[in-house]
Amino acid sequence: MVKIHERKFVSCDPDKCVGCQICEYACSNNKENAFNPIKSRIRVVRQNQLVNMAVTCRLCEEPACIAACPRDALTQSEETGIILIDKDKCNGCGWCIEACDYGAMMLHPETKTVYSCDLCKDKEDGPQCVKWCPEEALTVVTSDVLAQKARISAIRKLFQEKRP
Amino acid sequence: MLGYAGKVLYVNLTTGKTQTEKLKEETAKKYVGGIGLGMSLWLANSKAGVDPFNADNPLVLALGPVSGTMFPTGGNGHAFISKSPETGAVGEAVSHGTFGAEIKRAGYDAIVITGKAEKPIYLWIDDDSIQLLDASNIWGKSPSETEEDIKTELGDYYVRVAAIGLAGEKLSKIACIINEKTRAAGRTGLGAVMGSKNLKAIAVRGTRDIVTAKPEEFMSMVKEFHERMKGPSTQKYRTLGTVENLLINNSFYCMPTRNYRNAYFEDAEKVSGEALNERYVSKIIACSSCPMRCEHEAVVRDGPYKGTMARMEYESLWALGPYTGVNKLDAIIKAAELCTYYGLDAQSTGVTVGFVMDCYEKGILSHNDLDGDAPFGSAEALLQLIEKIGKREGIGDKLADGVKAAAAKIGKGSEKLAQHIKGLEVTGYDLRCLKTAALAAAVSFRGADHNRSSAYAVDLKGKIDRLKAEKGRGKIVKDLEDTYALIDSFIVCKNARGTFYKDLQDMAKLYNLVTGYDLLPDELATAAERINTLARLINIREGLSRKDDTLPWKVMNEPIPDDGPVKGAVVTQDELDLLLDDYYTARGWNLEGVPTTAKLKELGMEDLASIVQGKQEA
Repeated sequence: MVKIHERKFVSCDPDKCVGCQICEYACSNNKENAFNPIKSRIRVVRQNQLVNMAVTCRLCEEPACIAACPRDALTQSEETGIILIDKDKCNGCGWCIEACDYGAMMLHPETKTVYSCDLCKDKEDGPQCVKWCPEEALTVVTSDVLAQKARISAIRKLFQEKRP
Repeated sequence: MLGYAGKVLYVNLTTGKTQTEKLKEETAKKYVGGIGLGMSLWLANSKAGVDPFNADNPLVLALGPVSGTMFPTGGNGHAFISKSPETGAVGEAVSHGTFGAEIKRAGYDAIVITGKAEKPIYLWIDDDSIQLLDASNIWGKSPSETEEDIKTELGDYYVRVAAIGLAGEKLSKIACIINEKTRAAGRTGLGAVMGSKNLKAIAVRGTRDIVTAKPEEFMSMVKEFHERMKGPSTQKYRTLGTVENLLINNSFYCMPTRNYRNAYFEDAEKVSGEALNERYVSKIIACSSCPMRCEHEAVVRDGPYKGTMARMEYESLWALGPYTGVNKLDAIIKAAELCTYYGLDAQSTGVTVGFVMDCYEKGILSHNDLDGDAPFGSAEALLQLIEKIGKREGIGDKLADGVKAAAAKIGKGSEKLAQHIKGLEVTGYDLRCLKTAALAAAVSFRGADHNRSSAYAVDLKGKIDRLKAEKGRGKIVKDLEDTYALIDSFIVCKNARGTFYKDLQDMAKLYNLVTGYDLLPDELATAAERINTLARLINIREGLSRKDDTLPWKVMNEPIPDDGPVKGAVVTQDELDLLLDDYYTARGWNLEGVPTTAKLKELGMEDLASIVQGKQEA
């Protein structure tokens, strides 16, 4: 079983994100053979012109979506941590959508079953949103790497004036 | 017909009735989309001589065949087309963002809006469901506030909105239509056409798939254009943005300053794109599908205008800065924010303020007329005048329809100070020393404009003598106009024009991969020529002729006074006549600027020949 510290997910750096929605197009094109943001596993939020960020599944350690599913349609892959959805069991009730703090669970408009990011497990070159992101705002990271980045950025801000 | 949604939506605001019609394949191929399709729908649904504010004047919203796809910048544009209340000619303005793609996903290539609602309403398009909803609570609000309120009312964050501000409601002929808070379909006063219909906003949610005819090849092309967009052809937009032009134009002495009194601004360094980026630009953001991203957000963090935020481009920076003589960047950003707040075209607004300041300094308008002083360079006057224009208060009532209408009301020789063509205010290129651009501006179907051809670039590149009016310029302008007509019909972004290394071949390839058609580059070139000819036919039907293809008074009568490379430059009537003759000939029109029957036949436009009947003898 994969340990939590090794689990990877797609993370967005809001300082780099410009809200271009290319990740949404790349995702829906890969997964649904169509350009349609509402079928994308990653969604962009532009809170205002200055705050842009793409959000997708965090592959949580104790996923609230799984706990909320009354039909045991959701499980977590031991190997990768992605949320596996049994489409036969899912009836689109939406409790997992309500339970997810990140809005990463979504209801498919046609199949009426839920879906979320699976890290493009069928693609050799990994998540397509990351591959296409022109700003390199998206990365596949572990929580350890994220924490490292946060530390470095905090220290850099603190000692800005001492830089050579 | 992939790429196209295949449907045109008709909305009558008087009766509340809506209907859809199939988009004919023949029309799609003939007029491509965007402004081409939009103008053809406007023409087919209007009567000659219609008053722009009459309920019968249609407002057309049109998308292109690549709208809604992932093609860089191609996914995100939309065009508004109508009869301009400011010029009486073709009114047309393109904007980008996400709004256009959303309409495409709702299933429409174009929307034709006619009639007039009894009370303020907004149009809510939710795929097939079309509703006219009450807008009394949002009437009077800014486009940004309107968008927030509509999202809250409909309970959907991803609803996309295009709205007018107070200026459009008050039928200001320089009012624009703003989508997603900062993007404007700015020129020719189409916000006032919306206002005249009591239409506050258009809100849309589209959930349909957009697919292309050849997905794999299409994605390879997308990939290639992503790479091109990281290259030199888009560097300006990715770094300083269009504001980079300010110092460049100033160094060429081609930046109209203080209402065309000068062509050089001595304080340009203070308001340069470099200074703007260093001190105020906080974030650069993108329209949907665009890897270039060029929207520069300027934020004022201290001083009297603390908390101000506006998107800045060269034209707004120039019009609100050098053109009014104002040299304070924070005040210029505030001015741009006010224009966005009221829903005013920032270019026309800046030029109008410059005109007022000229009138004030010449004693044509007094302290009493203005309820204050308005010398060139006064930031206070700039901001107060914009407020008055936005609200139509005091002198603002006379100014809110742009410089041509203002001069007609003010009189006393102010007509000579009103810098416009066909009624549309000038842009940030001094036409006295850019003679190819002067021709392009004179013949542009929507009035004074650099965006129908960007002919200034030819002048500035130095391969031709920019001070010379000579044969050959007509063909240059024609070819540029045709490329630009295609750009606005596809719709892709003009800032990305450099990524089409081979204009026609690249565009034909894109068109065919999306639609599955087999259009040859030559056929696309013919379509481009057809679209420009269509615009000319509309203008002829609405009563315009060669005499309207002219230049602002100062461009023809006041030589550039500044010591420098272009001192004394001016465009004479003889020069203009030579240029016009050359252009009309290049277009296959007669010397009155009327397309010949033979030309119409060649372009497959015999159905519109009645417009030119009896006008071809000259």
